[in-house]
Amino acid sequence: MWPGRFFWYLNQQGLDEPNPLTYLEGMKTLYTAAFTALCLALSAQSLPKMDVQTLEGAKVSISSLHQEGKPTIVSFWATWCKPCINELNAMAEHFEDLQSETGVTLIAVSIDDSRTSPKVAPFVAGQGWDYQVVLDPNSDLRRAMGVNNVPHTFLLNGAGEIVWQANKYVPGEEEVLISEVRKLK
Amino acid sequence: MRMRTTLVAGLALSLGSLSAQQASTEALGGTLRAVIQLDAQAYVRDTVLDPQGDYYPDEKALGQGWALFTYERGNLRMGMRYENYQHAMLGFPTGYRGEGITYRYAQLRQGKFDLTFGNFFEQFGQGLVFRAYEERGLGLDNAMDGSRVVARLPKGITLKGVLGRQRVYFTKSEGILRGTDAEWALREALPFLNKAGVSLNLGASFVSKFQRGFDPLLNLPSNVGAWAYRLGANYRGLDLKAEYAYKINDPNSDNGYIYKPGEAFIATATYSKKGLGFLATVKRIDNFSFRSDRNAQQFDALINFIPPTGNLHTYALPALYPYATQINGEMGYQVDVNYLIPKKSALGGKYGTKLALSVASSQSIHRAPLEDGSFGDKGTQGYVSNVLTWGEIPYFRDVNFSISRKFSSKYKSQLTAYRLGYNKSVLADGLNDYAILAAPDSDSMIVVPAMVWEQQFALPNHQTLRTELQWSGGQGFRGAMAMFLAEYTLSESWVVAVQDIYNYGNPSESRRIHYPLLSVVHFDGPTRVQLGYGRQQQGIFCVGGVCRVVPPSNGLSLSLTTQF
Repeated sequence: MWPGRFFWYLNQQGLDEPNPLTYLEGMKTLYTAAFTALCLALSAQSLPKMDVQTLEGAKVSISSLHQEGKPTIVSFWATWCKPCINELNAMAEHFEDLQSETGVTLIAVSIDDSRTSPKVAPFVAGQGWDYQVVLDPNSDLRRAMGVNNVPHTFLLNGAGEIVWQANKYVPGEEEVLISEVRKLK
Repeated sequence: MRMRTTLVAGLALSLGSLSAQQASTEALGGTLRAVIQLDAQAYVRDTVLDPQGDYYPDEKALGQGWALFTYERGNLRMGMRYENYQHAMLGFPTGYRGEGITYRYAQLRQGKFDLTFGNFFEQFGQGLVFRAYEERGLGLDNAMDGSRVVARLPKGITLKGVLGRQRVYFTKSEGILRGTDAEWALREALPFLNKAGVSLNLGASFVSKFQRGFDPLLNLPSNVGAWAYRLGANYRGLDLKAEYAYKINDPNSDNGYIYKPGEAFIATATYSKKGLGFLATVKRIDNFSFRSDRNAQQFDALINFIPPTGNLHTYALPALYPYATQINGEMGYQVDVNYLIPKKSALGGKYGTKLALSVASSQSIHRAPLEDGSFGDKGTQGYVSNVLTWGEIPYFRDVNFSISRKFSSKYKSQLTAYRLGYNKSVLADGLNDYAILAAPDSDSMIVVPAMVWEQQFALPNHQTLRTELQWSGGQGFRGAMAMFLAEYTLSESWVVAVQDIYNYGNPSESRRIHYPLLSVVHFDGPTRVQLGYGRQQQGIFCVGGVCRVVPPSNGLSLSLTTQF
């Protein structure tokens, strides 16, 4: 009952009397709009409410690392994951230029557990990366974001919505990511 | 018709709230995520690999899969995972049989409080007294089923409380777990620390398990408590972490039902600045197996996690000699240095050159008989140990050095050399210290030198060829092996890899065989499909303090993973 009335009311505007045809049109619009909204809601994912650890030992919310209005890359990796390191190294070569061009930041989320997490800071230093590196030592963020295996990379737009993701790294893929970042400029 | 009306009503209501909030993500009830994985393998009877057919499964083909769903709306998060094993694939714990929903929870964040009901994973400090976690790929999952409260209080104080029982395959462990943890980030309470750029964290945890004990001879403790203290400090690239844990008497199948209390200590110092990283770790573990079922073995019902010292090797041949913490006792250290020779320098080349050195060692703890002469006997204190004296039995040594350099935009190369010392009696055969001390000749320390050379060539049309040449030596046990791998990236969505391991130095002539493996990987958006055919050699999978032998197999395998 109610939705029909609702749309009948909407369609009243500019009309003299209720018209069954307009009502049907209204239903169609409703379905389409609802379906679009549903798709939108399911696809426009953002960062979950979850804490990660900085290399200095502080706990921060992952969403606080996203800079409003700027694109952000969130890349899940581990010190024992070869393709992850290859990906972050490949990105490192372009990162400085890309950052000054688009304002992008890269958050490298290490899923190393307590076995290897102490190695993360010295390892990152030895790689010479300029990324914001954080730890997710018991894979809480990993689970919440639906990351099965590493590497897994997400690209967020300025509004913090996930607009692109890849759950693998093959050589050359960094170019795809870079062009996706440029689209958000 | 009625259903349709209800549906329409629901959609319209949601639409109403959408326009009201003018937000897309939170509108129609939030975010839903799913991850799905399927694995299957059809086995081929291989008379060379497995002459007697000991490992060949009766089912001929095995398959398993799981799907995890996570739903988030505002402060609420809910999730569930369905799993099935028809039956578990070779190499997986055989306890996984059947199907069902093994993980479901609801988590609510209300201001300072974070409440979880149902299943959850959690870790206190480094995990010395409590860590519930999963390694899906290895079949390890000791998720809690119960409730958890986390309170994030002002001045940097975090309190946690957990209550529940642990998952053991499709059932739960008999023991009940109660645990609490407090952490204080002093930086948030003391502004002068913040000003000085010093970060200081203090923490303490207490965990107790309850399991009734019935034994005609032993008076088993029903309640076993363990506690830990930890410290974390950070100042300008210098970082220190230390944790000490103590456990009261806990006779169990790991320690041979002795009544000695347990102790564990780990300290790690690191220094990092751009281009240089340094790490040093020391540790000592004494009788620290902690399970919610005193009779459990393998990966079952583990309450805690003791990180092993040593590296997690990713290249195939060095990875055949893995190290796992000896939870009944070990002493060890590790030193790592990472150095980047700057780019555009004479030595560093255009892109810089990366050097890494790692030295790790693990040894038994000192053990001496009790005053009455008994040594490791059931129902006694077991042994006495001097904390600062090294034990006599070497468990593991690992020295490795790697140099990696990108020569041009088209070519890069990495060379790694290893010298591993592997105590086969302890790590592969599972002999305990008492047995080795009683018969010193039974001990077999194998020295394994190894080399890995990895190269990557960029080809025209965005294609890439990656190759690995590996060699490992060693007398006895597995013997010398050589390996070749070529991985060809045809496009963003197709990767083909072929590899062969030739175990030419195996002590047994009939096992000097090849292990060829061909795999094709296809990526389609978030979906990954992998098809493989070939031989898999007998290996050892280790997680934390425990290892599991993976049987040899031959066959066709399929793996699919996707998500939305």
